[in-house]
Amino acid sequence: MNRPSITKYKTPVHISEYPVGPCYQAGHLVTENAGWRTEKPILDKEKCTGCFYCYLCCPEGVIFKLDGKIEIDYSFCKGCGICARVCKSEAIVMIREAKDGADGC
Amino acid sequence: MISAYPITPQTTVVERLSEMVEDGSLKSEFMHVESEHSALSACMGASSIGARTFTATSSQGLLYMAECLHYASGGRFPIVMMNANRSLALPWSIYGDQRDSLSLLDCGWIQVYAEDAQESLDMVIQSYAIAENLKVLTPVMLNLDGFALTHTYEVLEVPSSEDVDAFLPPFQTPYKMDLNSPKNMAFSSGPGDNMQFKYQQHKAMLDAIDVIRDVDESFFRLFGRRYGGLVEEYRCDDAEMVLVTLGSITGTCRVVVDELSQEGWKVGLLKIRFMRPFPEKEIMELSRRVMAVGVIDKDISFGYEGTVFTNVNSAIAKARTGILTMNFIAGLGGRDISRQDIRQMFLHLQEGLLGLEKNSMQFINLRVAIDE
Amino acid sequence: MSECIAGRAKAPNALTITDKEFFYGHKACAGCGGSVAVRLIMKVLGERTFTVVPAGCISAVGFMYPQLCFTNNALISTFAGTASMMSGIAAGAKALGLKDFQVLGIAGDGGTADIGLQALSGAIDRRDKVIFVCYDNEAYMNTGIQKSGLTPLGAKTTTTPAGRNIRGSRTRKKNMFEIVAANGIDYAATASVGYIPDFLNKINKAKFVDGTSYIHVFAPCPTGWGTPTYCTIDLGKDVVDCGLWYLAEYENGEFVLNKNPKEFTSVKDYLSRQGRFRHLKDEDIEQIIRDRDRKWEIIRKSWKTKKN
Ligand SMILES: Cc1ncc(C[n+]2csc(CCOP(=O)(O)OP(=O)(O)O)c2C)c(N)n1
Ligand code: SF4
Ligand code: SF4
Ligand code: SF4
Ligand SMILES: [Mg+2]
Repeated sequence: MNRPSITKYKTPVHISEYPVGPCYQAGHLVTENAGWRTEKPILDKEKCTGCFYCYLCCPEGVIFKLDGKIEIDYSFCKGCGICARVCKSEAIVMIREAKDGADGC
Repeated sequence: MISAYPITPQTTVVERLSEMVEDGSLKSEFMHVESEHSALSACMGASSIGARTFTATSSQGLLYMAECLHYASGGRFPIVMMNANRSLALPWSIYGDQRDSLSLLDCGWIQVYAEDAQESLDMVIQSYAIAENLKVLTPVMLNLDGFALTHTYEVLEVPSSEDVDAFLPPFQTPYKMDLNSPKNMAFSSGPGDNMQFKYQQHKAMLDAIDVIRDVDESFFRLFGRRYGGLVEEYRCDDAEMVLVTLGSITGTCRVVVDELSQEGWKVGLLKIRFMRPFPEKEIMELSRRVMAVGVIDKDISFGYEGTVFTNVNSAIAKARTGILTMNFIAGLGGRDISRQDIRQMFLHLQEGLLGLEKNSMQFINLRVAIDE
Repeated sequence: MSECIAGRAKAPNALTITDKEFFYGHKACAGCGGSVAVRLIMKVLGERTFTVVPAGCISAVGFMYPQLCFTNNALISTFAGTASMMSGIAAGAKALGLKDFQVLGIAGDGGTADIGLQALSGAIDRRDKVIFVCYDNEAYMNTGIQKSGLTPLGAKTTTTPAGRNIRGSRTRKKNMFEIVAANGIDYAATASVGYIPDFLNKINKAKFVDGTSYIHVFAPCPTGWGTPTYCTIDLGKDVVDCGLWYLAEYENGEFVLNKNPKEFTSVKDYLSRQGRFRHLKDEDIEQIIRDRDRKWEIIRKSWKTKKN
C-alpha cells in the first residue's frame, strides 16, 4: 500500500475500545478531504509529459504516477491549484467544482 | 536511558549515576541535557520506543518540568524520577520542604515519599515495577527529602544486580513506536474523545493501588523487606491521637511516639507513603478508630492550609466520623522540626480534644510572635 | 539496506523517489508549503524514521485522533522539547540496540528559532545523530499568525499589525542557519520548497551525516501570508531569486553557497504579491533591499560557491 486509505471508524461505546493512552496505529484515516475543494484539477493526458514535477509539489501527496503519467486521488485533493500552476506543459486545468457532487466532466 | 540536569540537592544522585555508567557497572546511556524540560523530554522520547528511563531533579527544576510532567503522565510513559524535595524560590533556599512536589500533586504522576535511605533505594526498584505494569503505565515521582535523605550516610543493604534483574525483567510494552508496527503517539484529541483518555489515566492510578501492594509483596519475597502499601501505621492500634507524616520526618515522629507512649499517652503515627494514588480507604478506616488526627505539612497552599491536610481531611469527611483534625505547618524552607515541635503538635491535639485549642491550622516554630 | 546505499550514491528525484506517501489525509490548509516540505522529507528518509513534531501547524493538522496522518512512527513533542525528545529517541534506540533508522524533527520557525532553540543547541552540542528540520513560514501560524523570531522586517502579523505608527514587524529574521553553524553542527543547509531537487539532495545528505543535521526550509503559507493557494511553490522560488533567501550549506566548518544569482529578480514584485507586505511604503522596501545587499556582500565575500 503506497498511501493509506479510509478505515471505517466505529465510535467507541465502551472505554476498553479506546487505545491505551494516546498511542495508535500510524496512518489511520477516517475522513476524506474532498469536501474542501472549490476547484478541481483535471488532467489532459495528451499534454502530460510525465515529468512528475506536480507529483513532487502537491502538498497532499494525492498525485501518483501511473503508466508514465499521473493520476489524482480526488478523495484527498484539496484543489489548491499548485499542480496546475507548476505544470510547464499546461496539462492540468482547474475547473469549478460542481456543488451537487456531479463534477461536470 | 538516564538524562538529567544538575540542581542541589539532587546532584549527588546524578553524579554517582554518571560514575556508574562510566565504570560500566550500570548499563545505560547517560544524556547531558541543557535543562530539566529537556531531561524529561528526552526520557519521554526514549520511553516512547520502549526504553527504561530515569531522571532526577528538585525544586525549581521540577517546576521547570511542569509542562513535561503532565505530558509524561498523559502520554502514559512509565518514567521513574527522583525528586529531592526542596523549598521553592522566592526567597531562594536550597533546603528542604515539600512544596515542590505537593504543588504538582495533580500532574498525574504516582507520588511516593521515602522515609530513609533503605526505603529510597528499595522504592527505586519497586517504582519501575509499578510504573511499567501495563495496567498502570503511569510515571512515578520518588520523593526524597532534600539533604535529610540526599546528603546523609546510612548503612543499608544493597540488593545484588542478579536479584534486581530477576525482580525487574526488561520492560516490554505494545504501546510504543515500533519499526514493525508503526504508531502515532502523543496525539491530539477533540472534546469528543479527550475526556475518555483522562478517565483512563484516573482508572490507571486507581488500579495502581493493588499493583503497589502486589509489588511490595513480591519484593518482600525476594528481598525480605516490605513497606506495606500506601501507608504505614505505627502504634495506631490503641491510639487516640494520630499524627500524619510524609517523608523523613517520620523517623523523628516515631521516636516521639515511643517516648509519649512510655509516658502513658495513647498516640500513634500514620506515615503516608503514596500521595497519589491517595490512601483514602486507609485514612477513612483510621478515622473510625481514633479521636483526633493531626497532619504535618512541610508545604502550604497560601491562604488556605497544607495540601496533605486538605487531602486527609477530605477522606475523613467522607467517613463522616466527625473526629478532630488539625494541621501543623512546619519545616518550611528547611527549618528543623524537632522532637519538641512534635510533642507540641500532640499537645495541640489534646487541647483541641478538650476544646481549649480552636485553631485548626497553625505554624509550628515560627520563632516570632504574630497577630492573631 | 540496499535503499540506503543507493541513496548515499544519489539523491532521489521525481523518478526514483519512493511512491510511498507518509503524510497523508492531513488537515492543513490547501496549498500549505509546510506540508510539501514534510511530505518530501519523509519520502527521502523513508519508513524507518521516528518523526517528532512539536506543537504547531503540522502536528495540529496531522495528529487529531482518530485521524492520524503519518504512516511511520511519529509523535507530538512539547513545543520547546522537539530536539530533546529526538535525542531521547536516539539514545533509547541505542540502548535497545535498534539499527538502521532515522530520527527526524519537524518544527516551525517559532518552534525552532524561539522556544525550541535551547533544546536544539543541546542536541547539536551532544552531536546526537538526528535531523532537525525547520519549516519556516515566518510566523506562529497555528495560533493565528503571530510574530516569531523568524518573521521578516515589515511583515504584518496579528501581533505586528500594520498601522499608522508601526508598519508590521520591526525586527529582522534571526539568522538560524548561522546560529546552528556557530554551535559547531555537523551539517546544516537552507532550502526552499521552490527548489525541490536541491531540497531532496540536502535531506538525503543529512541522512548519512554522522552527527546532527539541520535543514531550514522556506515554506510559504497561503493562510498566514495572504497569498493564493496555488502560489506556494512560486513564492518559494521567487524568494530565492530575489535574494531574500539563499540556498546554502554548512559542512566541515565551511559555508557554501549553492546558488549565486547573477541578478536578483524584483523584491518589490515578491513582496507585493503577499497580503502581509501590502502596506509597505517604498522606503520600507528600500530598507529591505539594503539589508539584502549587505547580507549578500558578506556571503559573496566569505562563502564558497558550489552548486549542490
Ligand atoms: C509552551 C507552549 N507555549 C505556547 C504554545 C502555543 N503554540 C502552539 S503552536 C504555536 C505556534 C507555532 O508556531 P511555529 O512553530 O512557527 O509553527 P507553525 O504553527 O507556524 O507551523 C504556539 C505559539 C504551546 N503549545 N506550548
Ligand atoms: S507537471 Fe504536468 S507534465 Fe509534469 S507530470 Fe504533472 S501534469 Fe504531467
Ligand atoms: S489541486 Fe492541489 S491538492 Fe489537488 S492534486 Fe493539485 S496540487 Fe494536489
Ligand atoms: S496556516 Fe499556513 S502553515 Fe498552517 S496549515 Fe495553513 S497553510 Fe499550512
Ligand atoms: Mg511558523
